[in-house]
Amino acid sequence: MSTLTEAPPPLSPPAPEDKPPRKRGRWTPYWLLLPGILWLVVFFAAPMIYQASTSVQTGSLEEGYRVTWHFVTYWDAVSEYWPQFLRSVAYAASATVLCLLLGYPLAYLIAFRAGRWRNLIMILVIAPFFTSFLIRTLAWKTILADGGPVVGALNTLHVLDVTSWLGWTAGDRVLATPLAVVCGLTYNFLPFMILPLYTSLERIDGRLHEAAGDLYAKPSTVFRKVTFPLSMPGVVSGTLLTFIPATGDYVNASLLGSADTGMIGNVIQSQFLRVLDYPTAAALSFILMAAILAMVTFYIRKSGTEDLV
Amino acid sequence: MEQYEPDRLSPARAAAMRRSFTSGRAALTRRSLLRASAGGALAVGGLGTLSACGIPPAGKTEGGVSSDDRSKEEKVVNFSNWTEYMDVDESGRRHPTLEAFTKRTGVKVKYTEDINDNGEFFGKIQPQLSAGQETGRDIIVLTDWLAARLIRLGWVQKLDPANLPHAFANLSPQFRNPDWDPGRAYSYPWQGISTVIAYNKKALDGVEVKTVSDLLDNPELKGRVGFLTEMRDTVGMVLLDMGKDPARFTDDEYDAAIARLQKGVDSGQIRRFTGNDYTADISKGDFAACLAWAGDVVQLKADNPDVDFVIPDSGYITSSDNMLIPNKARHKTNAERLMDYYYEPGPAAQLAAYINFVCPVDGVKDELAKIDEDAANNPLIIPDQAMQGRSRAFRSLSPKEETAYEEKFAKLTGA
Repeated sequence: MSTLTEAPPPLSPPAPEDKPPRKRGRWTPYWLLLPGILWLVVFFAAPMIYQASTSVQTGSLEEGYRVTWHFVTYWDAVSEYWPQFLRSVAYAASATVLCLLLGYPLAYLIAFRAGRWRNLIMILVIAPFFTSFLIRTLAWKTILADGGPVVGALNTLHVLDVTSWLGWTAGDRVLATPLAVVCGLTYNFLPFMILPLYTSLERIDGRLHEAAGDLYAKPSTVFRKVTFPLSMPGVVSGTLLTFIPATGDYVNASLLGSADTGMIGNVIQSQFLRVLDYPTAAALSFILMAAILAMVTFYIRKSGTEDLV
Repeated sequence: MEQYEPDRLSPARAAAMRRSFTSGRAALTRRSLLRASAGGALAVGGLGTLSACGIPPAGKTEGGVSSDDRSKEEKVVNFSNWTEYMDVDESGRRHPTLEAFTKRTGVKVKYTEDINDNGEFFGKIQPQLSAGQETGRDIIVLTDWLAARLIRLGWVQKLDPANLPHAFANLSPQFRNPDWDPGRAYSYPWQGISTVIAYNKKALDGVEVKTVSDLLDNPELKGRVGFLTEMRDTVGMVLLDMGKDPARFTDDEYDAAIARLQKGVDSGQIRRFTGNDYTADISKGDFAACLAWAGDVVQLKADNPDVDFVIPDSGYITSSDNMLIPNKARHKTNAERLMDYYYEPGPAAQLAAYINFVCPVDGVKDELAKIDEDAANNPLIIPDQAMQGRSRAFRSLSPKEETAYEEKFAKLTGA
């Protein structure tokens, strides 16, 4: 039996009924893509080019900015702000792991155990998003207030002694520390983890669990060998949807953090709006983009799910 | 299984298959699309395009400013202001002073609260103004340093004194001659802002706070002290505390003030730098004391009796938010009439009674007393002689200084 990969024999001239070739559907896919492509060109490609250009310009507001191919800006930006880069990645990674640990059981519950409560729980997951990002973040200032019950309880249980020792908190407070920033990030991006996890868990055929049980697998083995591998697409897309925006976030760090918790988003914001150093701000944005792209590529390769996302 | 054997396919089927690889749905794989769009992006974003971008120098846009004033034909004025910076009636939707203006002049005011942050707003209007286009706004309200920058860049219009008789007569002396706009040729203050020290009595628990040094040095306040992200307010107050004059200081003195603050950050004395969100921290007691804007303190005090303020003996920083008319504004005369209207004692008092900032209009005290006796006697709203004597302004900075100082300050605040 031959296969399709073998070179086909020279084709005889097309049969008369095949002529003229059907041209009708040829451009359809491109027409369908047109709105999306236009959108990307106007709102993604054009700003990217503009920012790329800005990053190699020099000048000032008074003299105007001209492209001088000043690539040193990139090097200066990295050597000046690498602590903020590292901090952003560390905070975003911690938040992503926390989101996964919190989100997986919840998504599992909604997918397999919630029964008629499923829709209600889903609404509860999404409901906070009906209010603004800023308001939700500010709410954490009330929750974690120094004299509040949460911090009081943590102090009584001496949890804060441990976290202070680890450098996550300072003294007997949580606000204006790294822990508060990570908590805020975790909270704000949790639904981006839960929703993809739920979607992929919900698709798993319940009979697979029964089959595994029939083959004498313990519940833990069923989870390890059946459920978790099948939910990998959800895990990968959930972690990406959490990690990528969390790395660039600056709201949490500026409202819940202190002068020692500045993330790269804060630097870009202040370079762009306060210092008016547009080239450095643009260069930092590109470095951040490149770093995230590299990390994500590495992650997708490692998790072996290129075709799942 | 003959369908898997292409050599046995009929010519028509083979042609159809070949077509499907070169055109139609299968031809458009994700990979080919990515390749195509990357190629397109490269072609579009070639080096030539990169160099074609750029921002023209600021000076180019000056001139040709008020030639097309359509105030007569179009009876409107577009007024962009900060949030909660205007009187509202009980329903919360109408602005009585603006409505009275419309009633008197027939000019409709399109009032928008779209300014939240000086830097952010500058980022928003900078592309239009630098390209010499109109912003769709006739009056904008900006803090001193940004107003100074717009004047320096030539992006705002010179005011016509003939349309501003009340403003000229009633502007209170402390606002008359800022070094960035002597004699107020381009701007008139909307409200004055005093930067003072606010504290929460409960959180202080008997600790005394009277000066900025107390904030920076008292170990009992460690981690419970806040400073502002506005560079001029924070550094200005520290300079005053060090016995320097914020109206005339040197680079070294600026660096010394930054070093003093840096020590507070490193030791954990300063909890964080805040924008307007300090109000939550101080009323909850997370800040025991912090730098604060007096207008906020008046309102905070009304909501929470634990909050109070103190003015250091060394003085305090005064600034103002100023009304400006951007280039190419379509209704300049209407805008000037509206500016002038807020310098009449009546409307000025009504506004002051509502928003509690420093009223820049002289001779308002009696009018204000009719509406609100307490407000009229509050030195934070109508500064008395002693209060005015201790007020200091931060000097205007050259573009070079501005960049260098903001950079140092950004580093201090961790960004």
